[in-house]
Amino acid sequence: MSKKHPNRIRASNSMKLFQVLGYLFLLLIGFFCLVPFLLIVSASFSSETAITRNGFSLFPQEFSLEAYKMIFRFPDAVVQAYGVSIFVTVVGTVLGLLVTAMTAYVLSRPDFKYRNQISFFFYFTTLFNGGMVCTYIFIIRYLQLKNSYASLIFPTLIDVFYLLIMRSFMKAVPISLIESAKLDGASEYRIFFQIALPLAKAGLVTIGLFIALNYWNDWYNAMLYISKRSMWPLQYMLYDMISSTQMMAQLSSVANVSVMNMPSQTLRMAMAVVATGPAILVYPFVQKYFVKGVTIGAVKG
Amino acid sequence: MKKQNAQNALTPTGATGALAGKKHPLWSEMKKNRSLFLMLLPALLLVLLFKYIPLGGIVLAFKDYRYDLGIVGSPWVGLQNFKFFFLSGTGLRVTVNTIVYNAANLITSQLLSLVLAVVLNEIWGRRFKKIIQSVSFLPYFVSWILVGAFVYNIFNVDNGVLNHFLVALGHDPINLYAMPSAWFFIIMIFNSWKWVGYNSVVYIAAITGIDSECYEAADIDGANVWQKIWRITLPSIKPTVITIVLLNVGRILRGDFQMFYQIVGRNGQLYDATDVIDTFVFRSLASGGDIGMTMAATLYQSVLCFIIIVGVNALVKKIDSDYALF
Repeated sequence: MSKKHPNRIRASNSMKLFQVLGYLFLLLIGFFCLVPFLLIVSASFSSETAITRNGFSLFPQEFSLEAYKMIFRFPDAVVQAYGVSIFVTVVGTVLGLLVTAMTAYVLSRPDFKYRNQISFFFYFTTLFNGGMVCTYIFIIRYLQLKNSYASLIFPTLIDVFYLLIMRSFMKAVPISLIESAKLDGASEYRIFFQIALPLAKAGLVTIGLFIALNYWNDWYNAMLYISKRSMWPLQYMLYDMISSTQMMAQLSSVANVSVMNMPSQTLRMAMAVVATGPAILVYPFVQKYFVKGVTIGAVKG
Repeated sequence: MKKQNAQNALTPTGATGALAGKKHPLWSEMKKNRSLFLMLLPALLLVLLFKYIPLGGIVLAFKDYRYDLGIVGSPWVGLQNFKFFFLSGTGLRVTVNTIVYNAANLITSQLLSLVLAVVLNEIWGRRFKKIIQSVSFLPYFVSWILVGAFVYNIFNVDNGVLNHFLVALGHDPINLYAMPSAWFFIIMIFNSWKWVGYNSVVYIAAITGIDSECYEAADIDGANVWQKIWRITLPSIKPTVITIVLLNVGRILRGDFQMFYQIVGRNGQLYDATDVIDTFVFRSLASGGDIGMTMAATLYQSVLCFIIIVGVNALVKKIDSDYALF
């Protein structure tokens, strides 16, 4: 107490004011970041009549599980979409991570002569590209990948931004270690899998999560390349449900309910919860990796 | 005759010279490091297949694309497609929209993120700080589809939160889908919302890098918190702010397709006010419209983008070469 600087009183007054304003500002940010989620969750647990009468609100009105019952009465469509999303996410993440890590490892090796030229070969694609039309025509017409899972996985398997972040993780692998392993007769593959990969574990987790999130949230590829309903991933199915009444009509016909009696508003919101729920549940555990990835990307990207 | 001879004499040696000078080392390098090149192979093939080869489609900007004739067989039409794109007024409209939206989004979202980072840095409650940082990062985590659901939830005419709120306050409900000008702000707000946490991470990292001795010295000199922010924090992260702004300026002609498509959806009334180059391209592709003109729009966008980004990068290099893209 006695060591405090005389100016401390004045400073702490302005600091107090700042703290109050700061807390208000942060609370406001927090509120607005959470509110849309609350609106959706509460709507999904409300009864359709209450929503039609009072509109959406922050808390459930006339608590009801009708919308969820409706979705899970005939769960085939949802289960199938979950299956597609999980399959694409798992395969895409494993392959994407492997290819990204391998490439980043080679490009991070200081003794690899053409690393800069090849890095630029990758980087150039972010500077200049043919856009949606070129890719679309090429994939549909020349690769014939319409309605195939390959079109959901391969076009986005390599992301140059993640490649660069991964490269900076890989740079932490000391070259002396690689060289001594070489002297001991280890093959390049063995060095990669048994030395580089374990040392870059943090990078693998971070980039793996970014890739997985992209695949899980992807609807763009599905919109362009998948016309078969049974092959739609979860996000695109949700999109279809929110934006059209077709899905409603289909559901009502299998459920033997007239379209008029469908809990369509709450059903849309329940579907949003079902589709997003798993991602939100893991979010608290993985958030720190994303922050780390963004930080590294900002500095080195 | 002599000339031809000279040429004949020149070409082979020139070629072998190039071979000896360029290809050979690469070849021997490939032999020497075969496994490393093999490890690069999958990524090289993927990028070649999905990025470089499709670039060939660019020629369609100068052709009248006919599905039955394919890319190669379709007839050339010169600059007809570009003429069409600009003379119809579409070119100017989507270009202006793209630039205006990106500029507005850049300013609002970066400013909000910057303020968030600065406040988070000064706030006392450790726990509270952590919670807010997590919560603000959450919007980045969800797909644009869900954002589309929010927009529906809030603005839809019959059950939307906004209209019920207005009615409860005694106002008449409004149909925002008939008010194109409002969407400028709606898009701006959702863009800031989606990126606030993500962008602030970058600023927080920059602030963390500031030497804490600066703040201690300022404390001793009796500086208050506003002075510290104004005189230490902001000047110290100025290079970061400038580079981020410049990098975004480099992308000023690229519209965020997912955002525009999910927020605006298929509401035709809003197209004039909200169409950016990317949504225009998608719609004319999806509606089976004029592929040639669509490709012309894409090429126009890509070339301008390329020029801008190269220029911006040169500028960034001058300011702080650590942040330069290439």
